[in-house]
Amino acid sequence: MELVCPAGNYPSLKAAVDNGADAVYIGFKDDTNARHFAGLNFNDKKAYRALDYAKDKGVKVFVAINTYPQPQGWERWQKAVDLAADLGVNALIGADMGVLGYAAERHPQLGLHLSVQGSATNYESLKFYQENFGIRRAVLPRVLSMSQVRQVAAQSPVELEVFAFGSLCIMAEGRCHLSSYMTDQSPNMCGACSPAHAVRWEEKANGGMETRLNDVLIDRFGPDEKAGYPTLCKGRFQVEGNTYHALEEPTSLNTLELLPELKEVGVCAVKIEGRQRSPAYVEQVVKVWREAIDAFKANPQGYAAKYEWMAALDKVSEGSQTTLGAYSRPWQ
Amino acid sequence: MQLSLGENLFFWQREDIYDFYQRMLEQPLDIIYLGESVCSKRRELKTQEWIDLAKELAAKSDKQIVLSTLALIEAESELKTLRRLCDNGELLVEANDMAAVQLMAEKKLPFVAGPAINIYNARSLQALYNQGLKRWVMPVELSGETLADINSDAQELGFGDQVESEVFSYGYLPLAYSARCFTARAKNLPKDNCQFVCLDYPEGLPMTSQEDQSVFTINGIQTMSGQVYNLLPEVAQMADCGVDIVRLSPQPEGLEQVIEQFRQVIDGQSSQIMAIPADAVNGYWYKNAGLVNTHQS
Repeated sequence: MELVCPAGNYPSLKAAVDNGADAVYIGFKDDTNARHFAGLNFNDKKAYRALDYAKDKGVKVFVAINTYPQPQGWERWQKAVDLAADLGVNALIGADMGVLGYAAERHPQLGLHLSVQGSATNYESLKFYQENFGIRRAVLPRVLSMSQVRQVAAQSPVELEVFAFGSLCIMAEGRCHLSSYMTDQSPNMCGACSPAHAVRWEEKANGGMETRLNDVLIDRFGPDEKAGYPTLCKGRFQVEGNTYHALEEPTSLNTLELLPELKEVGVCAVKIEGRQRSPAYVEQVVKVWREAIDAFKANPQGYAAKYEWMAALDKVSEGSQTTLGAYSRPWQ
Repeated sequence: MQLSLGENLFFWQREDIYDFYQRMLEQPLDIIYLGESVCSKRRELKTQEWIDLAKELAAKSDKQIVLSTLALIEAESELKTLRRLCDNGELLVEANDMAAVQLMAEKKLPFVAGPAINIYNARSLQALYNQGLKRWVMPVELSGETLADINSDAQELGFGDQVESEVFSYGYLPLAYSARCFTARAKNLPKDNCQFVCLDYPEGLPMTSQEDQSVFTINGIQTMSGQVYNLLPEVAQMADCGVDIVRLSPQPEGLEQVIEQFRQVIDGQSSQIMAIPADAVNGYWYKNAGLVNTHQS
């Protein structure tokens, strides 16, 4: 089981590599990747350094070029693909058919993975990407139950990677326009969801806090509540007179306890989310997952998610809580 | 330009569905899409009944009838349904997931790419054109300017004349799909025992901010815009961008008036554009946040 870890900058990359990642994934410093945030990601020079460091330690590097270019920006995506090829990365993680087609045609030696943003949730659609662009692997959207992952894996023409830990998108990735509806920027077009430039924090007289996104009230927190970032699908809204987390609570995905089942159905890699998080987060999460995977390998029958692993992961989770998300039917 | 009616995104009672399509047959529409694209548990009509209804509509009129397919395909049973629709033997199919594209391409049959297929540039469009695409509906978050660019790039790539472009122009916008059913969640029901509560909300369930501002509309596993999208005033611009088809989305009440107004503007019988409902939005078309109404600001 390959452990695929996020690196939003060089210190995070080192933290991932040093703590047991089998592969790290990075993005370039523009809107060609789905974590297009200020101060994050790699320019050419840093990317070459990152490659050297990782390769030296036998760790693979993937580069995410997983947003959807519009006609005006096409050259940036083309340049990003060319740079990835020049770097000699182990794989390019793409979503857009134009990008995948260009990469397959121009750089046939470049391994292609279908990004979660490609939104392939069944084996027929995986077949499409395999036959048309020669993808080797696909990252499954976080919408499938465990038994559905099993069905896909049984007939998938490519290797499968799934999300193991981190912030939870509750909508099928690559097919969510909620952010652009509210703020004009979306993951598909700009590599950003609920972008920071649209966020407003307002402290209230009672010591509470209101969070807004492009002026829309996302949540209200009392003086004793910890105010979270206003990710629009995790706010408290009103439906038929009730005020609650109408879509989802602030929570993170954690599948540590599913590791044996994921392995059994044939998933080949688990992915840690969080290129936007700190090197300390990367170190902590990678360390726990390395230990868990090694423990599982050493004794598959005796494997159980340890309390201290779960506690360590809860600490770095959104809202300090975790969920199995769609893997578990009751969540749906 | 032609006028189309998209598939009904909501969940209605069986008899209401049949009544609705008999009424639509009399309407000045060129194309009617029908079928279930949101949730495979919505079975007021079984798959075969959708196919039969579509064939009946096709036989009774000169409208083009297209079978729409599910957008989020997660289970083997859903692939089975999809195969039956793709095997209908007669009618054009609208693909809303790449699985449908794959099945139609394997059969070497033409297909329409619905708005849930990610076509953001002409190269993607070309990849699908090479597999049999004959029409595409622009992803709802894209602007008129981007559409014009894609259409002109498609011309340069030499296939622009072979594909039609269609724009979702009226109705609540389909914005997102989830494994979770938010209508069931609102009623404190598990999805596996949802009791088909979507039937109680033939126009979805409004979701507002704590300041009563409209935010989204809940429609089962789908999340829609809080406001109706309305591009009636933009019909002339659409013609300039090379749009071939203007799509309206079904609603339970008052759809006939909407159809009439669009028809008149498209046919040039009326340049008078109806007073926009105060709460309609058009931001996406102008590269703004979707919830913006540029005619008001």
